[in-house]
Amino acid sequence: MENGVNSDTEIVSIQNLSFSRGDRKIFNGISLNIPRGKITAIMGPSGTGKTTLLKLIGGQLYPDQGSVTVDNHNVHQLKRADLYTLRKRMGMLFQSGALLTDLTVFDNVALPLKEHTALSNSMIRSLVLLKLQAVGLRGARDLMPNELSGGMARRVALARAIALDPMMIMYDEPFTGQDPISLGILVKLIKELNNALGLTSIIVSHDVEETLTIADYIYVLSDGKVAGQGTPEQISNSDSEWVQQFIKGNSDGPVHFHYPATDYHKDLFEI
Amino acid sequence: MTHFLQRLGHTTLSSFAKLGRGSFFLIQILSACLSVFLRPKLLIKQLYSVGVLSFLIITISGLFVGMVLGLQGFYILSDFGAEETLGIMVAASLVRELGPVVSALLFAGRAGSALTAEIGLMKATEQLSGMEMMAIDPIKRIIAPRFLAGFISMPLLSALFSSIGVLGGHMIGVGVLGVDDGSYWAQMQAGLDFQDDIINGIIKSIVFGFAISWISLFEGYDTIPTSEGVSRATTRTVVNSAFTILGLDFILTALMFGDI
Repeated sequence: MENGVNSDTEIVSIQNLSFSRGDRKIFNGISLNIPRGKITAIMGPSGTGKTTLLKLIGGQLYPDQGSVTVDNHNVHQLKRADLYTLRKRMGMLFQSGALLTDLTVFDNVALPLKEHTALSNSMIRSLVLLKLQAVGLRGARDLMPNELSGGMARRVALARAIALDPMMIMYDEPFTGQDPISLGILVKLIKELNNALGLTSIIVSHDVEETLTIADYIYVLSDGKVAGQGTPEQISNSDSEWVQQFIKGNSDGPVHFHYPATDYHKDLFEI
Repeated sequence: MTHFLQRLGHTTLSSFAKLGRGSFFLIQILSACLSVFLRPKLLIKQLYSVGVLSFLIITISGLFVGMVLGLQGFYILSDFGAEETLGIMVAASLVRELGPVVSALLFAGRAGSALTAEIGLMKATEQLSGMEMMAIDPIKRIIAPRFLAGFISMPLLSALFSSIGVLGGHMIGVGVLGVDDGSYWAQMQAGLDFQDDIINGIIKSIVFGFAISWISLFEGYDTIPTSEGVSRATTRTVVNSAFTILGLDFILTALMFGDI
């Protein structure tokens, strides 16, 4: 399993990936595989480069070392046109939604269809309404993005991400900053869409509870490495102290409450 | 001393790096321009927001600059009893210099800063990355139509500025100060050369339009995606555009009118 990549079961395979931003090493030789048709979660504290990982998978950033293979294509060796063709089959849901603020909800969802297909306007209209119906926002089609709540914006973005019927969707922190009702809706939508459309979902999140209920397989990242992996049960019962601290949210443990500093007493009485 | 040298080196390196990014960005825009003509709707929308919405500031400023020229010109020319040549004085100042330069400065403040802020915020709110992930090239869909709109609007706005200015000069010179109407226009007709004055003025404004669009779009695209970053980028657009306009104006004037 570790290095044997089976393209029938793995949709994304990351091998020995290193990436740094400035002097800071964000990934230090991580390897992970994402199975087809499943919901895989990538968890870790803020600043561990979870979003960066999605951008590496999408080919927006280039790694220092290692490779990212998506559906048998090495993302970073593709020509630009081929990369764009591949991206049409990958949906990504940004944390902010990333809706175009000068277009209505309808036009936002229609945008990828208009850009990439030669479908007639009435066909596009039907498709957009189908997708909006799937996220429960068919009635909001004429609103502008600034008239939407955060949860609604994320659902519109989700409708846009599935507009071209991609093979996989990457969710960047889908649960962050949502009220309980929106959260419930999103959890349900992600699960339903994954099963109904036969998608592969990659969820990047630090919301433990929701992620544990929804994911089939979980990777926990820390300090540029995979700190733990397994099914939600395996993660819950992990014997790694670090993973336990992360999923229980303890304030002190292997990750210290205090940012590294000099001795407190010495610091206070220095002057 | 070492600190100073270190900073000097750092500044030099980063400005060259920025120049490189800017040039690469320009090449990307230029190669995407052709595709914009295939989708005129995008261009028309930008022509409206970049060009048409700048109409008011250009018209009013042109009128006042023309009126001031009429007033100042009349006082000086009348000392020599040459107030009948007011027409050519106003028109030549406007068409050769003030029209292209002042309208470009106003355009950079009105439209350039808006472009930078818009693109910067699109970057900060991940709209540009979102488009890339939808396999839509933001250079083609967002940047190139705005670039062309700026490039096309600038000479037109500059021509508008000069024309309104000539009318403003007429309003003060002929209407208020009593210069002869016929000689105002006749002097202008006789003294202005189509090639030397009008075409050269248009060339200037085309160059300025190119520079302003490039600077403002690049500053927006290259911004640090935070609110402070966008605010600094917007300031840089206005300041750098002003320097570029004035510098280019000197070079172009020297090439066109001087014997340097």
